[in-house]
This record gives sequence, C-alpha cells and structure tokens, in this order.
Amino acid sequence: MRHLIRRFLFYICAVWVAITLDFFIPRLAPGDPVAALVGKMSTKGYVTPQMQQTLADLFGLNSHDPLWVQYFKYLGNLFHGNMGVSIQYFPTPVLTIIKQDIGWSIMLGGVAVILSFLLGCFLGIIAAWKRGTWLDTLLSPSMNFLSAIPYFWLALFTLYIFAYSLNWFPLSGGYDSANVDPGWTLDFISSVIQYAFLPALTLVVSSLAGWMLTMRNSMITTLSEDYVLMARAKGLSERRVMFWYAARNAVLPNITGFAIAIGAIVGGQLLTEMVFSYPGIGYALLQAVNQQDYAMIQSVFLIITLAVLGANFLADILYAFLDPRVRVERSA
Amino acid sequence: MVTQDNILLEVKNLNVDYLASNGTVHAVTDVSFTLRRGEILGLAGESGSGKSTLAYAITRLLRPPAQITSGEILYYPRAARNQDDSRVTVTNLPKNGRRGFRRGKGQVREDEVIDILQLSSAQLRAIRWNDLAIVFQSAMNALNPVMTVGAQIMDVLRTHRPDMGADSRKQRALELLQLVGIAPDRLRSYPHELSGGMRQRAIIAIALALSPEILIMDEPTTALDVVVQREILTEIMRLREKLGFSVIFITHDLSLLLELADHVAIMYAGRIVEKATQRDLYLHPRHPYSYGLLHSFPTLHGPREKMSGIPGSPPDLRNVPSGCAFHPRCPCAFDVCPKVLPVLQPALATNPEQVVACHLYDPRYHAEPPTTEDLAKAYQALAEGSTVS
Amino acid sequence: MQIQQAPQPAGAVAVVLMPEPKTPFYSRFLRIPFAIWRAMTISRKVAVGSAIVGFFILVGIFGPIIVRTDPNATSNLFIAPPSPAHWLGTTVVGEDIFSQLVYGTRTSVFWGLGTGVLVTIVSVIVGLVGGYFGGWVDDVLTLLTNVSLVLPALPLAIVLAAYFPRGPLTISLVIVVTNWAWQARVLRSQTLSMRSREFVTAARATGESTWRIIFFEIFPNEIGLVVAGFVSTTIYVVLTWAALEFLGLGDGSIPSWGGMLYWAQQAGALGGGLWWWFIPPGACIALLGAGLSLINFGIDEIADPRLRVERPRKLTKAMKKAVA
Repeated sequence: MRHLIRRFLFYICAVWVAITLDFFIPRLAPGDPVAALVGKMSTKGYVTPQMQQTLADLFGLNSHDPLWVQYFKYLGNLFHGNMGVSIQYFPTPVLTIIKQDIGWSIMLGGVAVILSFLLGCFLGIIAAWKRGTWLDTLLSPSMNFLSAIPYFWLALFTLYIFAYSLNWFPLSGGYDSANVDPGWTLDFISSVIQYAFLPALTLVVSSLAGWMLTMRNSMITTLSEDYVLMARAKGLSERRVMFWYAARNAVLPNITGFAIAIGAIVGGQLLTEMVFSYPGIGYALLQAVNQQDYAMIQSVFLIITLAVLGANFLADILYAFLDPRVRVERSA
Repeated sequence: MVTQDNILLEVKNLNVDYLASNGTVHAVTDVSFTLRRGEILGLAGESGSGKSTLAYAITRLLRPPAQITSGEILYYPRAARNQDDSRVTVTNLPKNGRRGFRRGKGQVREDEVIDILQLSSAQLRAIRWNDLAIVFQSAMNALNPVMTVGAQIMDVLRTHRPDMGADSRKQRALELLQLVGIAPDRLRSYPHELSGGMRQRAIIAIALALSPEILIMDEPTTALDVVVQREILTEIMRLREKLGFSVIFITHDLSLLLELADHVAIMYAGRIVEKATQRDLYLHPRHPYSYGLLHSFPTLHGPREKMSGIPGSPPDLRNVPSGCAFHPRCPCAFDVCPKVLPVLQPALATNPEQVVACHLYDPRYHAEPPTTEDLAKAYQALAEGSTVS
Repeated sequence: MQIQQAPQPAGAVAVVLMPEPKTPFYSRFLRIPFAIWRAMTISRKVAVGSAIVGFFILVGIFGPIIVRTDPNATSNLFIAPPSPAHWLGTTVVGEDIFSQLVYGTRTSVFWGLGTGVLVTIVSVIVGLVGGYFGGWVDDVLTLLTNVSLVLPALPLAIVLAAYFPRGPLTISLVIVVTNWAWQARVLRSQTLSMRSREFVTAARATGESTWRIIFFEIFPNEIGLVVAGFVSTTIYVVLTWAALEFLGLGDGSIPSWGGMLYWAQQAGALGGGLWWWFIPPGACIALLGAGLSLINFGIDEIADPRLRVERPRKLTKAMKKAVA
C-alpha cells in the first residue's frame, strides 16, 4: 500500500511538471507569436480587436502582472476547466472540441491495443514453447522484419493498397458522414467499423511484433528457471506448466508495457490519425499545429499527458496486484 | 521376472552425454547401482562429478543438449500396501514399460518392472511425483514466485488425484505442512515471505504430497546454515521412519552422508569409483579418492599434522585422462594407472559388498592390496612435500 | 608394504612471474579495427545489419558527390513516372526524386546518428553521475528521469517543435530532450551495482579523483550496455525524426526522407497513385531501421546466451526417446 501511495505522489509531481511546461513553453519560444498569428489570420479574414485581445491574453503578453501571478491565474483557470478558446473554431471552447474527438481515439486505440496485446502474447508463448520448430523459425524473423517497418509507412502503404487500389475501404474519416447520422443504429455502427478497420489493422500489425518478441524472450528466460523444471518434475500437464508456471511469470514485463500502451492510446495514435484522417485527438493536435491554434495545442497536450499519467498509475496498481513480490519490496 | 528381495530401483550402465558444439562432455559414464526399499543411498563427489546429472537422468528431467545415450533404469513398483494406508493405491501407473507386463488396466503385479527410459511422456508424467519425487537444491528458485505455497501443493493433488475434492485437497495440504513443521496459516503465503529453512521444508512437503516411493534429494541443505541443516536432516530421517520411502541423497559433503546414508557411492569424473556401506566406508575407505575426501577436513582431536587435501582439480569432462581418471592427482598412482581403466570389483574377497575401481586392489597389477594406513601414509607424504602447513 | 611413489603432482610448479614483452604501440591500435571486425562478423544478424547501415553511411558520404543533380531544382516535368532521365520520377513541382533520396540520405542518416550520439552522451552523464553519487543528487536526477519517462514523448516533441523555429537543429534538440531518460535509468542501475565493487573501493583508496573514477574506471565496464543503448536509441531517433518531418515540423527546404513523405502527402501522392514518390523514402527508412534492429538483436544474443539459436546435433531415435 505504501508503495502505491509513493507512486501516486510521484504522479502528482509529474502532473505539476506537465502543467508548468505547458505554461512556460509558449512564453519561452522566440519571436512574437501573436503578431505572427494575427498576420496569418488576416489572410483569411478580418481579425477583430476582440480576437487580438484573446490571443494576447492567451500569451499573457499584454498583461502587466508579474510572471508568478500569471502562473497562478493559469492554474486557477485550469482547475475551473477553462482551457481557452480555439482559434480555428473561434469562439468554441477548446474543451468542447476535445471531448468530441477523444472518444474516437479511445475507441480505435483501445480495440487495437487490446487485440495486439492478446494476440502478441499468445504468439510469443507458443513461439517460445515450440522453440526450434518450424513455427518459431518462421514466426520470429518475420516478426523482426515487421517491427522494423516504420509505422506511418506501413499505414500509407496499407491505405494505398486497400483503399485506393482495391477500393475495399474508405480513404478517410470516422464514419460515412454523408449518408449516416450518429446514433446507436446498425448503420452507424457498421459504418464506424468500416472506417476504423484499416487504421486498427495497421496498429495491430505494427505493434504485434513488439509484444510477441518481448513475450518470447521473456518466456525463454523463464523456461530455464528451476521452478519450471520442478513443475515438470511434478508431472503436471504441459498446458498447466506452460501457462501457470512459465507464462504467468514471463508476462510480467509485458504488463507494464501494456498499461503504458493503453495510456499512449490517448496520446492519440498521431500517425494513424494523420494518415487515415481519422477524427481523433491526435488529428486535432496536428490540425492545431498546422493552424497554429496555440490554445488547442497546449490543451490537447495537457489532456494527453494527464491520461498517460493516469494509465501509468493504473499499470502500477495492476502490477502490484499480479506480482506479490512488489508489494513488499522498495521500488528500486 | 522374480523380484529380487527388496530392490526398488536398478540403474544399469547409464551413460549421459552433453552434446555441445565444442566437444562432447561425458557427464555420466557407465554408472550402475541399486536402491533397496527403505534405504538411503548417498551419492558423493566434487562439483562436476556428474551426481546432479545422474539424478536428473533418473527422473528424465534433462534438457538438451544433455542426452541419455545408453543404459537402463529399472523401477520395481509395488502394489498397494495393506496396513499403512498413507500409501495410496497407484491408479495412474502406466502399464507398458518393457518387460513382464500385463496389458490393460488394473493393479500392477509385484514382480512387474518398468524401464523408465522407455516410457512415453504421458506414462512418465503419471509416474512423476507419484512414485518418484525430487527435492531441488535451491528452494527459492524451485518455488513459483507468483503462486502461494498451498496452491503449489494442491496442484499436484489436482493433477494426480482427480477424485479428490477441493476440500480434501486443502486438508491434505494442511496435513503436509504440519508434517514438515510449518504453521498452517502459511498455506496462503508466497515463497518470498518464508525464511530459507521454511522454504526447504515446503519443498519437502510438496515432494511428499503423493507419498512417493523414491525421493531424490539434490544437495537439499547446501544453501542453508548448519543449524537449519541439522533440523532439516532430522526431519527427513523422521519422515522416512514414518512413511518408509527410499532416498537418493546427493551431496559433496561426505561426512554428512556417513551419518545419514546406509550405502554410499562415490563418483569421480562421471564414474562410480567406490560403493560401500556407511560403516565400511568410514572404517576403511578403499579408493584413494574416497580417503582423500574423507580426510580433507581436519579432525577436532588428535595430533597436529600437515594436510594436503587432494591436489589438482577435477578433470575436464571433454578430455578425461586415459586409464583411471584420477591418476594425475592420486598419491598412489603407479605405472598401469594411466593405461588401463579400472572396473568396479570387490576390494577384498572377504567383503564383497565394498566394491572399488582401483588397480591397487587388482592382484594382476598390484601384489598386495593396501590398508587404510598405507593410504594415510601416502597422503601424509604428499602433505610433507607441500609448502602449506 | 610400500606403495610405489607417484610422480609429483602437476600442481606443485614454481610460479615465476615473467615480465610482459613490450608490444609496439601501434599494434595496440591495430587491435581496435580487428575487434570491431570480429564483433561485426561474429553473429549473422550483426553482420547483415552492419552491412545495411554501412551501405547507407556510404551513400550519405559519397552519394551527393556522385549524383550531381540538384534536388531542389524544379522543372517543367511534373509528377512524371520513373524514366531514364529521372530514375525515380519527379515531384509535383518537377524536382528529381532520386537525387532527393540520395541527398536526403545524408541528412537523415547523419542527423539521425548524430542525435543518437547526443542522446547517449546525455543519458551516460545523468546515469553515471546519479548512480555514483547517490544521496540527494541521485534523488533529484532520478525524479527528473522518471518524470521525463512518464511524459508522452511524441506529443511533447510536437509541441516543442511547433513553437521553436523550424530546422534540423530544433528537431534534434527536441528528440534529445524527450528521449534521454530510458537509457539513463538503465545506466544508473548498472552504475549502482558497479559502485559497490572492489575495484572502485580500491580506486578511491588510492586517491583517484571522482571524475576519473566515473569515466575511466566505471564507464569502460558499461561500454557494452552503452553501445546496445546507442543502437536502440538511434532506431527510435531515425523513426521519430521521420515522423516529425512527416508531420510538417521540419524544414521543408532541406531534403530528407521524412520531408519527402510530407510533401508527397501534401500533394496527394497517395490518392493520385504516385507510388514512386512515397514508396522509396519509406523503404529507405524501413531498411535503415531494420539494419539497426538486426544489430540490436545480434547484440542481445551475444549478451544473453540463452537466446542464441541452438543447432542441436542429430538425435537418433533411441536417444530421442530417452529425453523427456
């Protein structure tokens, strides 16, 4: 329990660092972002003094308050959920846009990570158990190769082959917005699945190798442990030895990775969403960067960070539950 | 096939090799011995003499690149006992070992014999733990760190006694813990929560779960301090009195074996060089190596004398010395030793039970067999010549 | 009765310390390339990986000298498929893709390797200093490391790169800032275990200065770990660099693999079926990554013998049965 409390305090500290970074980065960047932004926006239309004031407020540049006062105002705003207004979609509050987008990311990412984790670990266990047979000899090098392919290139390639050339799947979007309305209808759900299939496929394929190879190596090391030998000596069935004695111990390193991967989901599979133009939070961040919508950038970054930290904390809890030795030991 | 009186396990001409890419290591060469019911057989030798390999070979737990290249391991099981009901009727014992078997299900006849090396993996799994249990050296490593001790006892019961319910399994587990002297609330403890001695006892409890006939103990107390060592050994003796299993006790500590074992076999470079009863070995060790092992520890009483131990180090098993493997280190070696391999023969015609593989006792090469004093003198001469006092 | 005396046991030989023959100084240096060659060829994986990486390095060095076409030169030939004049066709503004690829190799490979070196240096310093000094220094550095580990790298990199002026230097620094922590943690725990070893105590007893101890006594023992870490880091750096460029955060005027993909995406190469534009740069990134990964796996296998591929001898049927 004490271990978990210490971890919790650590995460609080990390959250504070993230918030402070968010505060300082725009203020440290060289140049006058307001002028640049106004200049850019002028090309699209008239920039009202109101908007200029919003921008200036955002950067705290017109404020005569000392820095630390600005900081506390900033913190205060955060705790009231006021994260500013989007420039792209002026005057929609940033939080509204984020709430919309985050659901798509979580759905896509969640399904992909869980699938690839389960499949990858399972393949890893089998490959280690059947080490030296044709299965392992075929599987391991192909997984090696798969893991070296840069993700976004794989994504582009997949999109090109399956969406453009073969036309089996759509090229972009979250659902067929032209024909279907959101809601719990079969039409909508099947549309969602159709649009999410390729992105999810690329995510699963690219991360499968990582899970599988880590699991395999961990299993191989575990299989040479004495307690596996003893389990065999006890005459237990192959399956029991493989899962309860070997895999149960070998999966522990992967569990931490799993929870971190879950956290990274909210990081918005940035590359996926960019290639497939999928309306998730990563896509939102990228649009914000391209349009220099600074309020969005900062807020999205903060949300992503908070989610990742939360997931890491859950990972710690899960690990403590699964490995009884951790509960007693001091963390190294 | 008539059972010879009381023989439980017979190992005949066993050879185990490690096929490594840089040479074949002959870990066990031409080893034969017999284990009788209710006796403790001690296997002694230095590190690398092949004793652990032998133990693992008997239970067929060797991993590649180790291979049993030839030999037989014959097990003579017994039907259910009638008086002592702690020995449960063998229900899963395989029926087609090699010789003298009745095909089909049913009780195993008393004169039936099973060649362990010929069993299929399913049959082997049935025999494991039921008849043949092994206690590993390092209890910490042998216990699954993520399962409670109770669960590790009970999963053996679940596999081999499918008719036992969850309740009776728990009962039996508690019984076993009590048997070895562990508090019953430890049923739900994890291995890392127990002390070293308790873990070793837990391993012993697991080993006894199915009341096996043979218990192989691979240096069970080496990793413990002497006080706990004494406790564990007393425990083992007590349990053996009560349950009547046989033990193959493997250790490098010969003095321990002299207290514990009925028969002792001394191994060197993968071969057995001497076999004797406990008393015979203590009073008159025949092989120079046995003598050296026995007397490499200074006594508490007696005159102060120079000691030499056994000079040199164990041979590289890829390149075992020709003839007698011990000859480069032996203070009594003579001209025929590097040339001819000695075989196990009775040292003295008057005592056929003590066999030794040494040319000193072969009338063809050496006129008169040496006495223990002669061996002592040879070692003393060695000690005099050494610079360490 | 007298036992015939045995010849003196082999152990009792007088040990005489022979002075080491003086080796000429240049032969010591000659050992280094031999050592590297041996390390590279000892494992098939490492050999193949090194060959791939070596190839790219050579192209990076000599490519732009051999291929004279200016990658930034626009022409009138828009989006042309591969032809003898333009081996990989042209972009939407008529630039030659092949020369872009070759010039881009120089940027991607050298900035990638250079950034990898920087990250390694930072992580070595933090890891070794924290591990050696302990106390509050270690506590502070560990906290810093852990926080840096837990903050999501790519989003942070994007945010940083978005605010600072575009260019390879920015990207390089951004990657360094977001990626030093992993290796630092590994090295710290290794240093902790080294610190309690006797050779360190001996060095302290002879009055060696702290910095010398850290970098000349402890560090050489961790070289293996550092090299493996460098390779892993560089893989990640190359991929992240390409990703950041792909997202448009690089300097569009300098040719690089990721940049090529960015422009390809902007021009709708995917929808337009312009495979010659976006496949080659991606393939190069994949290949370089694969080469580095192979070296990495090879190092893994060398370090942990259990993972090595075993080639078992042929088992006869009888033998097979005997092994469970």
